[in-house]
Amino acid sequence: MNGSNVATPTSKPAPVLSVQELRTVFHTPRGVLPAVDGVDFDLYPGEVLGLVGESGSGKSVTLRSLVRLIRAPGVVTGSVRWQDREIMHMSEDDLREVRGAEISMIFQEPISALNPVLTVGEQIKETLREHTNLNARELDDHAVQLLDLVGIPSARQRLQSFPHQFSGGMRQRVMIAIALASNPKLLLADEPTTALDVTIQDQILKLILRLKEQLGMSVILVTHDLGVVAQTCDRVAVMYAGRIVEMAPVVDLFQQPRHAYTLGLLNSVPGSGANRQPLLPIPGSPPDLTALPPGCPFAPRCSYATDACRTDRPSLVAIGAHRLSACIHHDQLALPREVKS
Amino acid sequence: MSAYADPINPPVDLLTIEDLRKSFPVNRSPIDWMRRRPARAVRALNGISLQVRKGETLGVVGESGCGKSTLARCIVRLYAADTGKVTFAGLDVLGLTGSNLRAYHRRVQMVFQDPFNSLNPRMSVGATLREAILVHKLRPKHAVDARVAELLDLVGLPRDAAGRLPHEFSGGQRQRVAIARCLALEPECLVADELVSALDVSVQAQIINLLLQLQEQLHLTVIFVAHDLRLVRHISHRVAVMYLGSVVELADTEDIFQQPQHPYTQALIAAAPTLDPTRKSVVEAVHGELPSPLDLPTGCPFHPRCPFTMDRCRTEKPQLKLRADNHFTACHLIDD
Repeated sequence: MNGSNVATPTSKPAPVLSVQELRTVFHTPRGVLPAVDGVDFDLYPGEVLGLVGESGSGKSVTLRSLVRLIRAPGVVTGSVRWQDREIMHMSEDDLREVRGAEISMIFQEPISALNPVLTVGEQIKETLREHTNLNARELDDHAVQLLDLVGIPSARQRLQSFPHQFSGGMRQRVMIAIALASNPKLLLADEPTTALDVTIQDQILKLILRLKEQLGMSVILVTHDLGVVAQTCDRVAVMYAGRIVEMAPVVDLFQQPRHAYTLGLLNSVPGSGANRQPLLPIPGSPPDLTALPPGCPFAPRCSYATDACRTDRPSLVAIGAHRLSACIHHDQLALPREVKS
Repeated sequence: MSAYADPINPPVDLLTIEDLRKSFPVNRSPIDWMRRRPARAVRALNGISLQVRKGETLGVVGESGCGKSTLARCIVRLYAADTGKVTFAGLDVLGLTGSNLRAYHRRVQMVFQDPFNSLNPRMSVGATLREAILVHKLRPKHAVDARVAELLDLVGLPRDAAGRLPHEFSGGQRQRVAIARCLALEPECLVADELVSALDVSVQAQIINLLLQLQEQLHLTVIFVAHDLRLVRHISHRVAVMYLGSVVELADTEDIFQQPQHPYTQALIAAAPTLDPTRKSVVEAVHGELPSPLDLPTGCPFHPRCPFTMDRCRTEKPQLKLRADNHFTACHLIDD
């Protein structure tokens, strides 16, 4: 599929990451589960790309598949080109050079991603040792700088602390410090603020955006929270049942969704000013991935669905200069709508 | 707007809470013993006073550790409060025992966040509902099955759901079962603790609609405890904002969202990400983190993070006082 090429204006720089036909299947006792089912996208330098969807949409698996962090019985196929190298064909050794160095990752639960019996300083220095040639003194100094950078007060003393001595928000800051230790060019963030309180979420998201500017990274942010998407992402890919169903710049997506599922998602969130009025939910529940219907997987829940939707699964096609949609009724959705706040 | 705002029928308080306090002792470790450290306690509720009006939805918001779930559990007597007073329709709730307590449990029901843990996995939905009806002798035996069918209709589940086990349902449907279980007792007041937090956005809306419709139909009073400001704003008539075991602001929903008076409420609203990507902000809404409830700050609980702290805030805890029409705030800034 060449949808992503069509959507790219010629003036844009070359993508840092180019994903084509990414497919991740899990062979389970219940049958083959296609968690990611043909995902294509490009990521440009300095961009924050949001992968948004509900549970089971394949957004987290997509993120992990990019750096082959999928264990058996999962199988990843397709192409992930990172700065002109093919990640899918790399040896484990080469991959280690990329993972944690050029591409870093942060997770939802920092408490389970951090080693509970090593001090925070030791964990940061571990990454630094792997990817730099600093001596012991320089390692310490650099670790302090990193903790400073992510806003941890009295950084030098905190190097000696263990993860359990930090609060949830501070732990996520430590995770980010470790991720940044190797000076990555790409940060993969998997629901980095979902476990945090709203005021702390706000601090962490702004920290990620500030660091992205300072360090010139690109970011792929996986989240289910539309508010987080609106506030942090430049471009958004909406996922449903293992595929990207719509991709657009963030403002366009919120002002004029062009896939029935995106529209449904935005409608089901309460906006201000319509208090206690019925919301417009999406009927039904997300599909069982082992038994997907033929045609568009959203069709059984979609009010726009016609017979054509139920026969062939629509592919993601360009519907404008910067937009892609996999909805054959995208024209019917094209009415501008009021953006909720 | 709603029934309680009717000038002919002025609001009636159904549930009154006065100076409610609850703390959880922390076990002393052997080292604490040897060093003769005093026993410590998590102070979850530090003098909560509020009224819940008949027929209204009162939203209770706050971040983790603010005591909102503890408050909910003290109201339904899942926790025994340390001191304070809870009055429900003239009854002294904290003093109820025996059959009076059982009657109270029927009138005030709680729905939990995770229906996986709150429903018996080995009981079919029908058996769960029947048990509730029979324990409280709400229907004669021959009428129970009809009532079960009625309840399933009410929450929008198919009739054949009665024969199935909780694991056969999706998250949203399971939450419908949990709601049906509460409604089986024909309660007057529903305490919903993070009712939809575990659900996907598209399913959340279904449950919120159900709650709105049931409240209309059955004239329920609802205490809606949640951390999601957008949801609370959507369904509440009034909102109480909690911080470290205290109510810092209590007002009509739109007043609180459009003219928040307490600096914490202002920060909370500013920190919640809006759905409008053209209105991005780059400044943090509030610095610092929640202090430990083991070691509460003196004075105003918010003073270590507050941008407007004065000397008085560090020593004297502000009282929740009426500042404008129906608008209560606990802040020295607006004291005169």
